[in-house]
Amino acid sequence: MILGKIVGTVVSSTKNDSISGARYLLVEKCNQHGTKNGNYLVALDLVGAGNDELVMVSEGSSARETETTINKPLDAVIVGIIDSIEENETIVYKK
Amino acid sequence: MILARVIGTVVSSQKSAKIEGIKLLLLEKIDPVTMLGKGDYVVSMDSVGAGTGEIVFYVSGSSARMTNVTEGKPSDSAIIAIVDFIEKDGVYTYQKNHN
Repeated sequence: MILGKIVGTVVSSTKNDSISGARYLLVEKCNQHGTKNGNYLVALDLVGAGNDELVMVSEGSSARETETTINKPLDAVIVGIIDSIEENETIVYKK
Repeated sequence: MILARVIGTVVSSQKSAKIEGIKLLLLEKIDPVTMLGKGDYVVSMDSVGAGTGEIVFYVSGSSARMTNVTEGKPSDSAIIAIVDFIEKDGVYTYQKNHN
């Protein structure tokens, strides 16, 4: 999984996934401190993430391994909201 | 999924028999804040009827074979949505038919 921060929403009325109520969020990749790096991706939200929250995103075929996304054309899914990150016994990120 | 702008079509007459009849589009990846191209291109199979100039997002890898158009085809990139608008930090950076 990669770390990213929710920075916005992407809305589409013409799409292929046939997931009703699906919400696509704009995620900016970031490091373990929550510092954003200017690279973006669109990910399906499964956990109700909100703006500026640090999340983890599953990419590739693993993104299809949830009940909602099985056999759907998706390669990035938000699977968790991060509460805290500890690095070398120091808390480097706290929600 | 990655955001990109459709900048053209790709035509191939000599190709794998399995991908006959599938529309190939040329995409340029974009920065969703400035909406400018990044100079990074990809050929993608269209599953939603996208046209030149539209902002789309596409899936890569094995997920590209999960659309009704690309199922069982040798595809590793498929457009799955045409974008209506993009909102970043409460501000619209893109609105279709509004630029």
